[in-house]
Amino acid sequence: MDSSSVFANIVRAPEDAILGVTVAYNKDSSPDKLNLGVGAYRTEEGKPLVLKVVRRAEQMLVNDNSRVKEYLPIVGLADFNKLSAKLIFGADSPAIQENRVTTVQCLSGTGSLRVGAEFLARHYHQLTIYIPNPTWGNHTKIFGLAGLSVKAYRYYDPATRGLDFQGLLEDLGAAPSGSIVLLHACAHNPTGVDPTIEQWEQIRQLMRSKGLLPFFDSAYQGFASGNLDADAGSVRMFVADGGECLAAQSYAKNMGLYGERVGALSIVCKTADVASRVESQLKLVIRPMYSNPPIHGASIVATILKDRDMYNEWTVELKAMADRIISMRQQLFDSLSARGTPGDWSHIIKQIGMFTFTGLNTKQVAFMTKEYHIYMTSDGRISMAGLSSRTVPHLTEAIHAAVTRSG
Amino acid sequence: MESLSTKEKTSKDCNGDSVFENVVRAPDVPVYAVMVAYSKDPSPVKLNLGIGVYRTEDGKPHVLNVVRRAEKLLLDDVSATKEYLPITGMAEFNKLSAQLVFGADSPAIKENRVTTVQCLAGCGSLRTGADFLAKHYHQHTVYLSQPTYGNHPNFFLAAGLTLKTYRYYDPITRGLDFQGMLDDLGSAPSGAIVLFQVCSHNPTGVDPTLHQWEQISQLVRSKGLLPFFDNAYQGIVSGSLDMDAQSVRMFVTDGGECLVAHSYSKIMGLYGERVGALSIVCKTADVASRVESQLKLVIRPMYSNPPIHGAAIVTAILKDREMFDEWTVELKAMINRIIHLRQQLLDALRDRGTPGDWSHITKQVGMYTFSGLNAEQVAFMAEEYHIYMSSDGRINMAGLSAKTVPYLADAIHSAVTRSV
Repeated sequence: MDSSSVFANIVRAPEDAILGVTVAYNKDSSPDKLNLGVGAYRTEEGKPLVLKVVRRAEQMLVNDNSRVKEYLPIVGLADFNKLSAKLIFGADSPAIQENRVTTVQCLSGTGSLRVGAEFLARHYHQLTIYIPNPTWGNHTKIFGLAGLSVKAYRYYDPATRGLDFQGLLEDLGAAPSGSIVLLHACAHNPTGVDPTIEQWEQIRQLMRSKGLLPFFDSAYQGFASGNLDADAGSVRMFVADGGECLAAQSYAKNMGLYGERVGALSIVCKTADVASRVESQLKLVIRPMYSNPPIHGASIVATILKDRDMYNEWTVELKAMADRIISMRQQLFDSLSARGTPGDWSHIIKQIGMFTFTGLNTKQVAFMTKEYHIYMTSDGRISMAGLSSRTVPHLTEAIHAAVTRSG
Repeated sequence: MESLSTKEKTSKDCNGDSVFENVVRAPDVPVYAVMVAYSKDPSPVKLNLGIGVYRTEDGKPHVLNVVRRAEKLLLDDVSATKEYLPITGMAEFNKLSAQLVFGADSPAIKENRVTTVQCLAGCGSLRTGADFLAKHYHQHTVYLSQPTYGNHPNFFLAAGLTLKTYRYYDPITRGLDFQGMLDDLGSAPSGAIVLFQVCSHNPTGVDPTLHQWEQISQLVRSKGLLPFFDNAYQGIVSGSLDMDAQSVRMFVTDGGECLVAHSYSKIMGLYGERVGALSIVCKTADVASRVESQLKLVIRPMYSNPPIHGAAIVTAILKDREMFDEWTVELKAMINRIIHLRQQLLDALRDRGTPGDWSHITKQVGMYTFSGLNAEQVAFMAEEYHIYMSSDGRINMAGLSAKTVPYLADAIHSAVTRSV
């Protein structure tokens, strides 16, 4: 056994940019350290939160000795799929009533995106997907590995720290007919910049006229505005026009189920027959990946969604999380204004959802990490959920120092 | 700006066919088709022997007592959160899983030469390993036993690898075609990947003896073949976790490299929770560390990080001496029931004077019996006796009970003696 490893030439892969932030944070021994990296909700005390209604649902499930651990079908828990479709498309959606939607349980948003992308790579005629610039760091890798070719469309305007709407329309207008377009349903990650309803309508018209295929990433339904229906407005607009689309749905943030990996992929089709054929092919994507999805998280979601009381309890807890984030935005903005920090910081209260795209550059970010032990992704994205009234002053100081320092 | 009226919107924007109009309806996976047929059958005496899950003597799904205990303990832990696990999964789970497969005193573990990452049961572990090899290993041919678990080809094909087979099952002896196996592995190109099952071969129930494993390992090492073990039934053959892992441990003791896909689906009855782990045993700790960093790049764009619940259950059980012992007791009880059923079925066929040699029923090990029935006989048994099994004649012994053994024996007798 003298020979060297068959893996001797494997190169060490760099740490994942987003998750690497938490790794670095954990290594820091400073008592003032602040983790604004990963998009996981934190309470005012800086603690992770398991929703009360989730604990309640779990109790019910675990204490029910009639429950078993049999394999789910390849497409997952039927109840969960039905309820998830209703959640995102609306219970009265004609597409659902006409059986034109196939919904399959997947591993949170990531898994839903990957399964959808692999399906498209095998069965769709146009293998290019347009993603917004910037977008969540994992998107490119997911689509690339699935076999799609990835292009970008203009999205964020650093000058206004808002939407480059004209650029968006031009780039989508120039896309080859049939191209797939990734759309963040709400609370765009990392920028927090969402189109207005009027802008969504223009996007919809343009896309339909060019036969572009919408693929929604819906990871923050209910988290952006606190209202589940409002946050699904963009998706529902595209379904209401009778056209087709894909939607990847995640319960990681809005039900705090992060590590249980709960999500769903829906494909809205022209007819029930197509939806049924599409579903049969989705199974062929899933089976060689992991056979069938995990029970626990989906059972929690189904338990909550189908019980009127628990559903209401959930919406109350969800609104509380969304409201706390909105109040953090206001506090940070007020604090920077009071400090007299140079620059226009109004984007902090204009942007939506968990993240603020601060506009800080990589040097300033590195400075804040080194001198103030504040951790964020190098693109200047901060998770508002990681802030509290107590820590806003510290962050304000750090931002102030970063933008006023020379060099 | 004014928006179009709803009517105008609908008529202007979305004419034409579905973009998925030409998507062909995929056929149902064969094993699922059996399950569907079974569930549609209204007969009160129907028997489902096609599944790959354990059933109690009453024919019911079985959740281990120690699993329910662990789940309740987890529930009571108010400090537990649902935060994302690392990409590679729960650290303690990975450590304990490696110890379970390789032995706590394994030098490979002590030398940090093993990287273990939590995956979605055996299936997810196989796919992750396959994707990793497709990206980083120089040889893209995988040898699968003839026959093998129905889903095996799919993981490797999805990863872009090329498949070949090696002889394994001898239909005449209903045992191992050892010479054929050695010949085929002997003529494999150097460096080829070879998929082995650690024990309780699915579907045949035929395992090599330890002595045969020795010869296999020598051949594999001399040809520089890369072993990839599927470990889905550790403990289910003999009731001893260590004994059942001897094959894979042999390949680690020799200092060489290998991959192992490990599943808790059957051995802890955790099926739907999707709990498993992929281990890669490397020459050095540095290689193992680099390999792990690259495994993350396979996992992150697939599903980011694995689910907590099942891994938390496994960890709670493996790390507590008492619960671990309780688990092994329950496991042994499951195996003993299967072993008794094997004997009962053999006796029942002998009592009926059913023609043929049925001794393979007690020679084969683990959950399955490769009955030797052909597709026609299988179909006959489904139609006339409402007994369902996969068309290759594989029977899940765990689907039987003392009560139903006679009925199965009658059906087999009938199938074998009927004139065609």
